[in-house]
Amino acid sequence: MDCYTANWNPLGEEAFYRKFELYTMEWGLKEDLRDCLVAAAPYGGPIALLKNNARKEKSPSTRPLLEIYSASGLLLASIPWKSGQLVQLGWTASEDLLCIQEDGTVLIYNLFCEFKRHFSMGNEVLQNHVLEAKVFHTEYGTGVAILTGAHRFSLTTNIDDLKLRRMPEVPGLQKPPSCWAVLTQDRVTIVLLAVGQDLYLLDNTSCSVVTPPGMSPSAGAYLQMAVSFNYRCLALFTDTGYIWMGLATLKDKLCEFNSTIRSPPKQMVWCTRPRSRQRAVVVAWDRQLMVAGDSTECIRAGLQPPATFFPRALSGRHRFVLDEDSYLVPEPDGVRILSRTSHEFLHEIPEASQEIFKIASMAPGALLLEAQKEYEKESQKADEYLREIKDQKLLPEAVSQCIEAAGYEHEPETQKSLLRAASFGKCFIDKFPPESFVRMCQDLRVLNSIRDYQIGIPLTFTQYKRLTVEVLLDRLVLRRLYPLAIRICEYLRLPEIQGVSRILAHWACYKVQQKDKSDEEVAYAINQKLGDTPGISYSEIAARAYDCGRTELAIKLLEYEPRSGEQVPLLLKMKRSKLALSKAIESGDTDLVYTVVLHLKNELNRGTFFMTLQNQPVALSLYRQFCKHQERETLKDLYNQDDNHQELGNFHVHSSYSEKRIEGRVGALQNAVDEYYKAKNEFAAKATEDQIKLLRLQRHLQEDFDKPYLDLSLHNTVSTLIQDGHHKKAEQLYRDFKIPDKRYWWLKISALATRGDWEEMEKFSKSKKSPIGYLPFVEIAVKHHNRYEAKKYAPRVTPEQRVKAFILVGDLEQAADAAIEHKNEAEMNLVLSKCSAATDSAVMEKLNRARAQLLKK
Amino acid sequence: MASTARRDAPEPPDFGILKRLARDQLIYLLEQLPGRKDLFIEPDLMSPLDRIANVSVLKQHEVDKLYRVENRPAPSTSDQLCFLVRPRVRTMRYIADIVNADKMSGRSRKYKIIFSPQKFYACEMVLEEEGVFGDVTCDEWSFYLLPLDEDIISMELPEFFRDYFLEGDHRWINSVARALQLLNSLYGPFSRVYGIGRCAKMSYELWRDLEEESENDGQGRKPEIGNIFLMDRDMDYVTALCSQVVYEGLVDDTFRIKCGSVDFGPEVTSSDKSIKVLLNAQDKIFSQIRNEHFSSVFGFLSQKSRNLQAQYDRRQGMDIKQMKNFVSQELKGLKQEHRLLSLHIGACESIMKKKTKQDFQEMIKVEHALLEGFDIRESTSFIEEHIDRQVSPIESLRLMCLLSITENGLIPKDYRSLKTQYLQSYGPEHLLTFHNLKRIGLLTEQAAGETLTAVESRVSKLVTDRAAGKITDAFNSLAKKSNFRAISKKLSLIPRVDGEYNLKMPPDMAYVFSGAYTPLSCKIVEQVLERRGWQGLEEVVRLLNGNEFAMADGAPEDGAGGDAQRVVVAVFLGGCTFSEIAALRFLGKERGHVIGTNIGACAVRRSGVQSGAT
Repeated sequence: MDCYTANWNPLGEEAFYRKFELYTMEWGLKEDLRDCLVAAAPYGGPIALLKNNARKEKSPSTRPLLEIYSASGLLLASIPWKSGQLVQLGWTASEDLLCIQEDGTVLIYNLFCEFKRHFSMGNEVLQNHVLEAKVFHTEYGTGVAILTGAHRFSLTTNIDDLKLRRMPEVPGLQKPPSCWAVLTQDRVTIVLLAVGQDLYLLDNTSCSVVTPPGMSPSAGAYLQMAVSFNYRCLALFTDTGYIWMGLATLKDKLCEFNSTIRSPPKQMVWCTRPRSRQRAVVVAWDRQLMVAGDSTECIRAGLQPPATFFPRALSGRHRFVLDEDSYLVPEPDGVRILSRTSHEFLHEIPEASQEIFKIASMAPGALLLEAQKEYEKESQKADEYLREIKDQKLLPEAVSQCIEAAGYEHEPETQKSLLRAASFGKCFIDKFPPESFVRMCQDLRVLNSIRDYQIGIPLTFTQYKRLTVEVLLDRLVLRRLYPLAIRICEYLRLPEIQGVSRILAHWACYKVQQKDKSDEEVAYAINQKLGDTPGISYSEIAARAYDCGRTELAIKLLEYEPRSGEQVPLLLKMKRSKLALSKAIESGDTDLVYTVVLHLKNELNRGTFFMTLQNQPVALSLYRQFCKHQERETLKDLYNQDDNHQELGNFHVHSSYSEKRIEGRVGALQNAVDEYYKAKNEFAAKATEDQIKLLRLQRHLQEDFDKPYLDLSLHNTVSTLIQDGHHKKAEQLYRDFKIPDKRYWWLKISALATRGDWEEMEKFSKSKKSPIGYLPFVEIAVKHHNRYEAKKYAPRVTPEQRVKAFILVGDLEQAADAAIEHKNEAEMNLVLSKCSAATDSAVMEKLNRARAQLLKK
Repeated sequence: MASTARRDAPEPPDFGILKRLARDQLIYLLEQLPGRKDLFIEPDLMSPLDRIANVSVLKQHEVDKLYRVENRPAPSTSDQLCFLVRPRVRTMRYIADIVNADKMSGRSRKYKIIFSPQKFYACEMVLEEEGVFGDVTCDEWSFYLLPLDEDIISMELPEFFRDYFLEGDHRWINSVARALQLLNSLYGPFSRVYGIGRCAKMSYELWRDLEEESENDGQGRKPEIGNIFLMDRDMDYVTALCSQVVYEGLVDDTFRIKCGSVDFGPEVTSSDKSIKVLLNAQDKIFSQIRNEHFSSVFGFLSQKSRNLQAQYDRRQGMDIKQMKNFVSQELKGLKQEHRLLSLHIGACESIMKKKTKQDFQEMIKVEHALLEGFDIRESTSFIEEHIDRQVSPIESLRLMCLLSITENGLIPKDYRSLKTQYLQSYGPEHLLTFHNLKRIGLLTEQAAGETLTAVESRVSKLVTDRAAGKITDAFNSLAKKSNFRAISKKLSLIPRVDGEYNLKMPPDMAYVFSGAYTPLSCKIVEQVLERRGWQGLEEVVRLLNGNEFAMADGAPEDGAGGDAQRVVVAVFLGGCTFSEIAALRFLGKERGHVIGTNIGACAVRRSGVQSGAT
């Protein structure tokens, strides 16, 4: 395979570099690149071009044009630039375009030239204007650094969380620095700048002069500097053509190179591969390109006239053809080179590829590839090669090497032949784990499909692994390549929620922005495609529709949302509060109901608010509960609104208990009475009137007798009066409040017994016939251990209860007599059970006799 | 015991997991506030907390001092305050006051509120209105279910009954649904779910939604609970209104069982201090008498004490070696048993003193008369006298409610006069109590004519779906008819027994009410389980106002599915009584089901009924 290494250029002993074409650019660019502002996003990202920017005279016809192309040169979008003078373009990590204006305003556009937002870099920048600007990426996000007309630096490390930092002044700086760069070390962002032969380091607080170690003293003034993709390495170019390469910490030198070209380069970028020992920078002048590294020789390319233009010794044997003015885009594993007609990739050949393809290589991978070719030719040489690998026991390494190398190849044909070799080799190994092979096949299929001209994302395998498939899917979604993204998800069998559903949701969010279709059509189309796919949130899509001003569509989409809890916040936002309220109630989530109720309270006037609640009992009772504890006055208004006089009455009664003074209480109760009458609840009204009456009376009693009467029940008031001997007053209350006779008698005798006023009790018992009989008199006297008094009443008890009464007072003889008189066997037994043989033998005898007689009959 | 089991009843699942989960989460939450801190605890969370993590566990996690959340400022000096509270508005105000007072005096402390079982938006709103929302951090302690015993778990939400049935506040339904979700994830998947009542239905539906959202299918797990039965308390107020006569019920009525434990006062302990006793299956004496009718308890206890004495007496004839054995192995157990025995005998005596009085006997007689529906006039006068004599405000109210419910409301004359009497006896503030009782349909006036019923039945025909269910809500509260008499007849709740009802070897669940009445709630559970659904009970369902549901989710047929299919959890939304628990235990033994009774909220019984004048 000799032709394969034709484009390999050695640098030093071990490294080879190659440059190959990714795409032929068909953007039909008429302008020279050098006349445009160019920005290309890393990881095979899009290219932004601003044409006609330099022209000062601004006639409408020659207004600058902002265009965005895919990496293959397909136009994605373009707009005429109408805002201020642009200084710099740059891409954020999420592929938004930053347009930095002279006045320090940064405008953010998406991939399709749609304006997203803008921010300003501060007043100082506004006054002094932007001289130069750089966009950089750190772990914090995408940052912007500005050099102002006053030769001061301002920067922000994350444009999504804007914190402007003004760097300290560089002492004695009169003219702009010849070159500068943003470095990040230990999470601190610093600026390195060069003025003549001096290097300054600006951190948050100070400015210090630094000297790179091992810098040749005769190197001269700095013209250009370059920081590597990972901020680890730094390269400096001086006006003697000398290049210093070292660590960005400026603590160590890696190598140096003398180019002898004294003119200032247009661009200088690092070209290294992760995990490679080789360090190299690519330097571009208008007409030539040079790869310089740890070697005395370099690789260079130039425009016509090529070789003769430079001293022969330096032009070297190896060269890249560079026909026209180019633009370099650093990538983590190489450099992309853009020109008017082509888009190329320059990188160091990875080890695995080197091993396999290097001329006369005897590495196991190389032998395996050869063996497979011979096998296809049906030659027995295949066996020889294979045997050679197997003898060294290197077959697994050979297979792995082929698989790995396939990843680095751009041409499907080469990928295939390497994979075929791997697959061939695999057959001769027991138990070679298949994952790496399968994985590589899948990855390559994905990569090949996105590298397609139509898609135009020229990711290398290394970049793809760094970017991860999730981010790649995001980028496809950003480019609105939904079908491809879905196919990739399905092909890689990603879980639905993070794969297909997510993309469908994005698609739907895009779909709702299509203004040319009716709400019905869009809603239908979305539902058709999304159905009940798990992980789809219709409310999010609806929110997007609402953001685009399509409220009706949003409501339609919300209908598809199965979780009513999700519908509510958006409905509120869209001011469909009543709908939101019923949805919230339907969800059964009371917190949600409260949310809506409070929202309504602030949104509607009080009357409407109450009316709305009246139609929703669940919400109403929730709100009432809240008011009961937090806003009692509102509660009153609520009842008022509803003409709920019963509840209003209750409300007043309730508040009467929190009144300290009698007048206050009476007042509240009077209000309650009025309301109860309005509610036609005469019972409650009467009861409350009685309560007022009682309260007033109790106050008098309290004053008269100097004893607490307030808040006693009527019963207890009267009882207390009797116990204190105020019989007249008690009688009066009995009449005034129409206390039923029975109650009064119960009450009076128990009160008198408590007082021990047996005399009064006797008097009372004779005042008229007792409505409760006389057994209670006996009981109460016994309860107070006054058998003597009890005995007085026992004879007056009705015959049916007399036995019980006599037993109570302990007069068994009389009890027995009564029982015998009644001829009641049960009563006799009862008395008998109370008798004890020792003392009551006479009674027992009498009873037994009577019982026997009774039984005889 | 009451009856010999026909099949071996399966073991109830291990509810201890619930405790361990709750404790681990609480410790995690406490550790979120590192350093020493004072803990403020809502009074009604104290007992449940004690069952989960005692003081020493709290101290291990740097809790310094413990305070009750109450209506006065706390003297805490700690720099970190942690509040363990129920999501209540007034508690939020209490916390806000503390924070604002600190602000006024320029003191800065850290405040953390832990809501149990969950946070409500209304609470955050209050914190915001009081201007302290930014000063506190909030967390949730998802402590939904407390196992009180081997077969009882409880949510311990006393306000559930009032909030839902009286105020129509649906907040707690979410908590119930989450509790179901928790049970389902630990012991499920349930293969059958039955239920009746609006709240039951809403909880069930919300739970289904939660399950769907969580996408956590319990496939491949062996279920430990096969069936679950949800019931609203308002399906059966009657049972809750009857005097309890099984031992555990009587202990509750007399001494109040709180969170599975009871404080026996000096009159029981026959010393001068109270003793707190855990009442559960671990107590060997109690576990044998808890479900018994009180009339058999005393006999059992005296038998037991004789046995105990005999065991002690064995010492007499022992030689040294036997004695050593006896002391090391048996004596401790005997002593423990002895202690418990004397406590329960003390409790029995105390109950006897109160309950064997004439009054109690007569009250039971009146209750039975009301349940069977005869001698209404006499019963009414008994109630009147009961009120007049100020026997007990709660008992009076209970009897009035029982009268109202069994008779479908009081006749207007009685309604007014009983209320008037009551107000005179116990104070005018009970006007509000009556209003509340009317609202939940516990104490109502008989409606004139049948007009309302007609409207109602028409509406209930129309109403099938969820949205329209809200219309009936209004009707329900307007005129909730109990239809008790008709239901009682349909389900033959009053057993017809010839001769004496055998309380020692009871033939059915009615023994929990001395054989006079089978608890309606338990009867429904029995019937539905027997029929595996509501077929044949249509008329009863109609009389109960509907809202029944049954779900069988790939339930294995009879015989298959093993023990789990015989484990049923009965959930009472709004609390249940110990009589019902006893009846369900009886049912469990009879049918070979274990009925783990989950109390939707702690036993409300009368505490819910007298909710008025607060």
